[in-house]
Amino acid sequence: MEKRATFSSTTIGLVFVAPMLLLIFVFFYWPSGQALYWAFTLEQPWGGGNQWVGLQNFQQLLSDPVYWNSITRSLVFGVASTAIAMGVALVLALFTDRELRFHRAYRSIFVWPYAIAAPALGLAFRFILAPEAGLLSVLNSIWPNIWNPALDGKDAMIAIVIAFSWKYIGYNFIFFLSALASIPRSLIEAAAMDGAGPARRVVDIQLPLLTPTLFFLLVINITESFQDSFGIVDIMTQGGPARATELMVYKIYFDGFKGLDYSGAAAQSIILMGLVVLLTIVQFRFIERRVHYK
Amino acid sequence: MVERTPIFDAICQVILLIGLIVALLPFAIVIIAATHDIRTVNIVPMPLMPGHDLMANLHEAWVRADLASKLLNSILFAVSVAAGKVILSAMAAFSIVYFRFPGRSLLFWAIFITLMLPLEVRIVPTYAVAANALAPFQAILDVTGITWLIRTVSGFQVSLQWGLLNSYPGLVLPLVATATGTFLYRQFFLTIPDELAEAAKMDGSGPVRFFFDMLLPLSRPNMIALFTIMFVWAWNQYLWPLLVTTDPKFGIAVTQLKLLIPSEFGLPDWNVAMAGTLIIMAPPLIVVILMQRWFVRGLISTEK
Repeated sequence: MEKRATFSSTTIGLVFVAPMLLLIFVFFYWPSGQALYWAFTLEQPWGGGNQWVGLQNFQQLLSDPVYWNSITRSLVFGVASTAIAMGVALVLALFTDRELRFHRAYRSIFVWPYAIAAPALGLAFRFILAPEAGLLSVLNSIWPNIWNPALDGKDAMIAIVIAFSWKYIGYNFIFFLSALASIPRSLIEAAAMDGAGPARRVVDIQLPLLTPTLFFLLVINITESFQDSFGIVDIMTQGGPARATELMVYKIYFDGFKGLDYSGAAAQSIILMGLVVLLTIVQFRFIERRVHYK
Repeated sequence: MVERTPIFDAICQVILLIGLIVALLPFAIVIIAATHDIRTVNIVPMPLMPGHDLMANLHEAWVRADLASKLLNSILFAVSVAAGKVILSAMAAFSIVYFRFPGRSLLFWAIFITLMLPLEVRIVPTYAVAANALAPFQAILDVTGITWLIRTVSGFQVSLQWGLLNSYPGLVLPLVATATGTFLYRQFFLTIPDELAEAAKMDGSGPVRFFFDMLLPLSRPNMIALFTIMFVWAWNQYLWPLLVTTDPKFGIAVTQLKLLIPSEFGLPDWNVAMAGTLIIMAPPLIVVILMQRWFVRGLISTEK
């Protein structure tokens, strides 16, 4: 996607982009490079130089079932929460966009969950979903021990997926609704006049015009599921029970700062970075082709 | 509404109502739990009639988590991050979309990739850089031999040092250094008709003039939306402040939540925990509620 009308002054162009470049060089590329260096060396946590060890850090990681576990769990978490958050938000946005009664109230309120800090809603959901108090504990008083995120890994995973998707429904809803609202009314009316029902209009008009938003949200949701989940996991489960909710970022934090295994954490970072970059390229190649910017 | 579809409308309303309950329930639970005393809050199921201890619980949480100074820090921190993002990403996106210079697509990718690798992913080395933000430049000088050159010529040992741990720049700068905003602006700039830039050029406007007089006014709804989003996003940051601000003087509100989790073997005082949650989640919520009408309308007002 290129602009036809552009400016030719290279200097001014570079001046505009320079502050951002400087920041991302110092706080993004340098640290990423350093992670690469650390991943192939063995760093003493209290200083004393690095020792080149080649692929040893990676071999150690990849032969570690605990690490594979954290990859699987991150993917399960990311896919489940993105699917729920985007699916529910899309349905709510499509219905709110029909401008039935109270649509103004819906439009305001569905956005609220997005305002809440992940650790704060983590704490709220920890109470709501607690096995011995709160709301879901009712289940336990009917069927004892059916729900216990503190002991059952599956329950804990469900709990963090619920908490995370609850927040991101609000986020996705904003973007879907404003994209829907920017679709010209005349298009919808013309289609209705030609006999297209609501479902037909969604499939043939609204969804195609939503593709840029869908693409943007897909990228953001998946990265946020790696990133914003940290607060939820740290407050709700701390990776437990028995590592059942130890997502990749939580493991990096835990190994790097609690275990002081910088090299191991750096190698994990590199693998996560690779995974994520791969995802971006796939998305860009296969999705941008079908995105309409106008 | 385009046509009359009473049955389908009723189904829509029911689904929207369920969505509404799901969206509001957690807020309701937090608020109600914050009004109970410790005995009532632990009854299963928790009584949904509010109790009378709201003020006492809020006060207890306020004191326990030292929220007076922490909230102030949070506001300062979130406003700085949001302002930095809004300004720097508009500039960067302008450069990427409207200029054609060698290596431009490389720049786009260089900035875009930062979107995919959030701070949390590279947290360990970023923490090391924050200990001395000038370390990259020092290393470049060392490797290229400039350090050695300066020392031989002037006898002066170059050692650049700018520690960011436990400081406001340390909290703010690494969070500004991502592409979220740039990407949003790029998407928006791409939807602006080419004719606009052509007309501006024909009228003799240079790029700087075009940026300030046309692009920025056009992107005002986007800027306000971005500011709101970034304020809330920065307020919600957890891992980075947790690591960088070991000195309580620079601590922010959200990291204090951990102090409020009832310990497994202590008192299950969920009422105080929920009161603290209420205080800490309130500011971004108020921002979204107050800003929302404006920015949704600004964002939407094309056809209706």
